[in-house]
Amino acid sequence: MVRRTFLRDTALTMFGVGMAPAWLSRAAMAGAARKRVLVALFQRGAMDGLHTVVPYGEKRYAALRPTLAIARDKLLELDGLFAFHPALRPLLPLWEQKQLAAIHATGSPDPTRSHFDAQDFMESGTPGRKSTRDGWLNRAAGPGGASPIRAVSMGGTLARSLRGANPAVAVQSIGSFQVKGGAGNEFLSMYGKSGDAALQGTGKETFAAVQLLETINKSAPAPRAEYPNSRLGKSLEQIAKLIKADAGLEVAFADSTGWDTHVGQAAALERLLGDFARSLAAFHQDLGTRMEDVTVVTMSEFGRTAKENGTRGTDHGHANVMFAMGGDVAGGKVLGDWPGLEPEQLYEGRDLAVTTDFRDVLAAAVRRHAGNTDLTAVFPGYKPRLFPFFRPMQ
Amino acid sequence: MYRIWTAFFLASALFSGAPKSSSRLSKEDQILHAANRLTFGATPQDVAAIRKMGMEKWVDQQLHPETIAENPALTERLRALDSLGLSNAELIQKYPPPQLIRNKKKEDGEAKAETMAARQAVRKVYTDLAEAKVLRAVHSNRQLEELLTDFWFNHFNVFFDKGFDRVLVTSYERDAIRPHVLGNFRDLLLATARHPAMLFYLDNWTSVSTDGLPQVRRKAMAKQKRAAGLNENYARELLELHTMGVDGGYTQKDVTEVARCFTGWSIAEIREGAKFQFRPMLHDRKAKQVLGEVIQPGRGEEDGLQVLDILVRHPATARFISTKLAQRFVSDTPPETLVAKMAATFTKSRGDLRAVTRTMLTAPEFWAPEAYKAKMKMPLEMIASALRATGAEVSTTAALQQELRTMGQPLYRKVEPTGYTAMADEWTNSAALLARMNFGISVASNKVRGVRVDLDGRLDGKRTAAEIAEALLLRRPAAETLAALESNAGASPARVAGLVLGGPEFQRR
Repeated sequence: MVRRTFLRDTALTMFGVGMAPAWLSRAAMAGAARKRVLVALFQRGAMDGLHTVVPYGEKRYAALRPTLAIARDKLLELDGLFAFHPALRPLLPLWEQKQLAAIHATGSPDPTRSHFDAQDFMESGTPGRKSTRDGWLNRAAGPGGASPIRAVSMGGTLARSLRGANPAVAVQSIGSFQVKGGAGNEFLSMYGKSGDAALQGTGKETFAAVQLLETINKSAPAPRAEYPNSRLGKSLEQIAKLIKADAGLEVAFADSTGWDTHVGQAAALERLLGDFARSLAAFHQDLGTRMEDVTVVTMSEFGRTAKENGTRGTDHGHANVMFAMGGDVAGGKVLGDWPGLEPEQLYEGRDLAVTTDFRDVLAAAVRRHAGNTDLTAVFPGYKPRLFPFFRPMQ
Repeated sequence: MYRIWTAFFLASALFSGAPKSSSRLSKEDQILHAANRLTFGATPQDVAAIRKMGMEKWVDQQLHPETIAENPALTERLRALDSLGLSNAELIQKYPPPQLIRNKKKEDGEAKAETMAARQAVRKVYTDLAEAKVLRAVHSNRQLEELLTDFWFNHFNVFFDKGFDRVLVTSYERDAIRPHVLGNFRDLLLATARHPAMLFYLDNWTSVSTDGLPQVRRKAMAKQKRAAGLNENYARELLELHTMGVDGGYTQKDVTEVARCFTGWSIAEIREGAKFQFRPMLHDRKAKQVLGEVIQPGRGEEDGLQVLDILVRHPATARFISTKLAQRFVSDTPPETLVAKMAATFTKSRGDLRAVTRTMLTAPEFWAPEAYKAKMKMPLEMIASALRATGAEVSTTAALQQELRTMGQPLYRKVEPTGYTAMADEWTNSAALLARMNFGISVASNKVRGVRVDLDGRLDGKRTAAEIAEALLLRRPAAETLAALESNAGASPARVAGLVLGGPEFQRR
């Protein structure tokens, strides 16, 4: 069990009328204003990267996917080899502004094709090691910072990536993140002094966040973009709200589900990729120039078989594609070494091979956001080679 | 190795009620421990029953739910949820799932209103199931059976909202899971393997070999772009989640071979009622090898049955099942000695789940101080325990289902085949904790729709914060709990009760 070291005891005030605005200014005084923000986005279920950033220029592409291959005239061509799935059209403007990059053939050195293990490894940041209790994003966030919403996970559970010793809160929706019936003080006292270490730590984090989020919710302007009414769309909308409040958010996590397309994947991915693209595009538009110091990195536990299966879907595979979006991303390109789809080029004769360790991509984002962090502490047992997808620092 | 453990098991199987270790729980703590672990939440009635009956007899009775008279009020309530008793065929007829409606609409241009009505009908299947689960958790006299049904459903999880599963989950839980939770693991495994809900959820019904088909049919299928081939989804989860565990020692090759063995395990008449059917024409009849054992060529359904036998007697399965049971009932990190005892029982009894459960509940490790209050309640356990502790009357559960969603456990709606975990990490977070506090306050002040708490009746004249807390926790509250409760001298009993239910102590079992 990870025991949380809680560093904000002094900031825990009693609830009361007019208290909340003081919170906001305190957060601001602590240097919270206008932080760089790293947003990690997990596509659970294993997105089919070959159906997303399509290697249409590969000789074997059509043969591997007799019913799934997308017709050339429908594809959104990016270069001579790759094209976007048509549902990614909302992302084309960002691509042209070079604020979006795709990094192909990324993945884990661990061979597992278990969703559960692969997600666990990707979120812990330690492929092959199950004993790691905390997540890479929690370690990347580090202990410092005064804001109770420094690290936020969208949804009813705290993502594995954000679990660990450093404070992090799970928020389902900003508007409903409140204690009912004015019972805040008694609960605060009960949890704050509880001998139950796990509940005490989480309880304190909760109350600090409650007070701040109440203020943010009252003062937040309407979004400047239309988000899809989906889990991902709503999550990104709320993250944008937190970013615009300049209340100390530094890392955020969101996820989407349903990517495990064993059967009839064309229709499923049409919908999922459309939601993905519209959500990201709305987030980009909503943040406007604030996007300058925001980076979104996407990941999915593994890719899918190069060859389609017998049920017009794909089975569990190996390498995948990651996206990076942000104001200082050197985008407009499909990055990464492309391993090819010839039989001898495939991993175990069936899956796209990994040429870039996913940790090299995440580590580059952590370095850009947190500066001189010790990256081997974020990715224990590994020496990341920073994958160059940012523009050089100015 | 197993022999030694078996001897140990036999020696310790006679229930003593008191652990042999040096530090031990007091008798009162043992009673509360049992009442919290073998039920969805201890009530004064449970505690009284254990006192009256004696621990050994009470545990034994819970292990034999058929000997416990069911709560007649519950039986009456369940009878009113009419979809629970219907067969797949009746369900599909009465409550067709959306894709059937869509298809029908395309065919005959059915009016929109009719589609809407049908959608409402589909919702009824879900609300009946979810309502029954909550009502049983709160009101059933066969509490251990309910906990085990919840445990095994999660172990063999299916997702309600995947297409046809909307009409198949009712029978899945009723016919494939519930009858076997204290029966034999192989029967349970086979029942899930053959049930259309699982065949559909993990796609095995679409996994076929076309080798045996006449050329003309293969061509026809290709022409219609009919999908035909192997799908590994079920095979992988069968090994990883249902039997051996991810570290059980199988390879990718084993997964593919198991998938080949299960080709042809399919669903007949999915649009009319969905029954298991083995389709010999679509079965891969070539030889295979699974975990080093040869599967002879030229056979049919026996291939899958042989795989199940191999898996049931594999030591990794005995360990994996024992570990998971102990994680739900004893602690997130159960002692190795306990897992070994349970696994030995599993092996010796060839998967007798009553025997394995009994080994767990009679082991000193179950009664050790380390296990006391060691488990964080899952959301359903939290909600059911609050309703049981307050003696609440539940008329409808829609609002409770919403609470479960907010706490992170929408019933029958875990998308992933892992099911909901019993591990605390998943449930210890700010969003979920806030939801628990708010639920405590709401339920005690009668603000949860469909739930009625008669607090005055339940407290029976008890007024002080200490008395109220003890009445709900069934033990004296911790000093810091009491201090917080007493900090507001004017607090009403409802507020104090709400704080207790939403407070840290009530989140443990």
